[in-house]
Amino acid sequence: MKAGLVFVLPTLAIGMSFGVLAEPVMGATAAIVMSILVFAGAAQFASVSILAAGGGLFSAVSAGLLVNARFLPMGLAVAPALRGGKLRRAAEAQAMVDASWALANRGDGTFDRDIMLGATIPQAAAWWTGTAIGAFGGALLGDPATLGLDAIFPAFYLALLAEEMRDYGALSSALLGAAIALVLVPFAPPGIPVVAASAAALLGLRSR
Amino acid sequence: MSTAWIAIVLLAVGTIAIKAIGPVTLGGEALPPRLEGVVSRLAPSLLAALVVVDTFGTTERTLVIDETAAGLAAAAVALALRLPMFVVVVIAAAVTAGLRAL
Repeated sequence: MKAGLVFVLPTLAIGMSFGVLAEPVMGATAAIVMSILVFAGAAQFASVSILAAGGGLFSAVSAGLLVNARFLPMGLAVAPALRGGKLRRAAEAQAMVDASWALANRGDGTFDRDIMLGATIPQAAAWWTGTAIGAFGGALLGDPATLGLDAIFPAFYLALLAEEMRDYGALSSALLGAAIALVLVPFAPPGIPVVAASAAALLGLRSR
Repeated sequence: MSTAWIAIVLLAVGTIAIKAIGPVTLGGEALPPRLEGVVSRLAPSLLAALVVVDTFGTTERTLVIDETAAGLAAAAVALALRLPMFVVVVIAAAVTAGLRAL
């Protein structure tokens, strides 16, 4: 759980910005319920911005689901580490958020279940609290961007990526994944670039 | 029910299903050996994509080099100096905030 504490502040800040953005679109209650039920920041932003811009139900839902499609390959990777029957596994998988998944990754293709679940607890509390603060008191808050808090996530992912760089294989997949994502950003809907980058892992097929 | 509430419910159900598919279908089985190499490459592939999309991407589907990129460069230097992860992320935020304040 300690491992997740470094994300409390940025998650709280991003949760607040979500609350501020969502409140005029759906009301404070719906914004908070969304953070609890959907519990995936990037997808929530994607769908609410589409609704805010006057987009329809189908676009809003499909954009959110595309952003979350990365949890399919991530779930396959983490599956052997989870415990219990199907229902319990399905429940434990809900604790999968980017930062926790990355922290739980041991770097050899296996995952630490306790770290993943533990790291999600403080982030969930921060996400829900942040949404509520933003939704009810948005007008009183400044912009979290002035504190540079949004830069914490890519810096964290870079730090984890550095630990992955044990061989040329990992390096080649990382470079290809980054290239795929960058090329797709201008053309593909949000979420697709990261999902498509998982194709770079197929380089690992021939390596064993 | 308003459009927003329907969107929330559909997105929640879909997300829960996406997260559960892998763990439910694989059960406790180890991955087939042929796939192990692929799974061990998922982390570097996805992490690299998250880094570049979070740093250079915008909500308007454009690529920009802005203060976040400078923060990330500072983080890379901190990593090269073998500083602890907590220090690395604080440096990234501080450099980004500092440049935005200019």
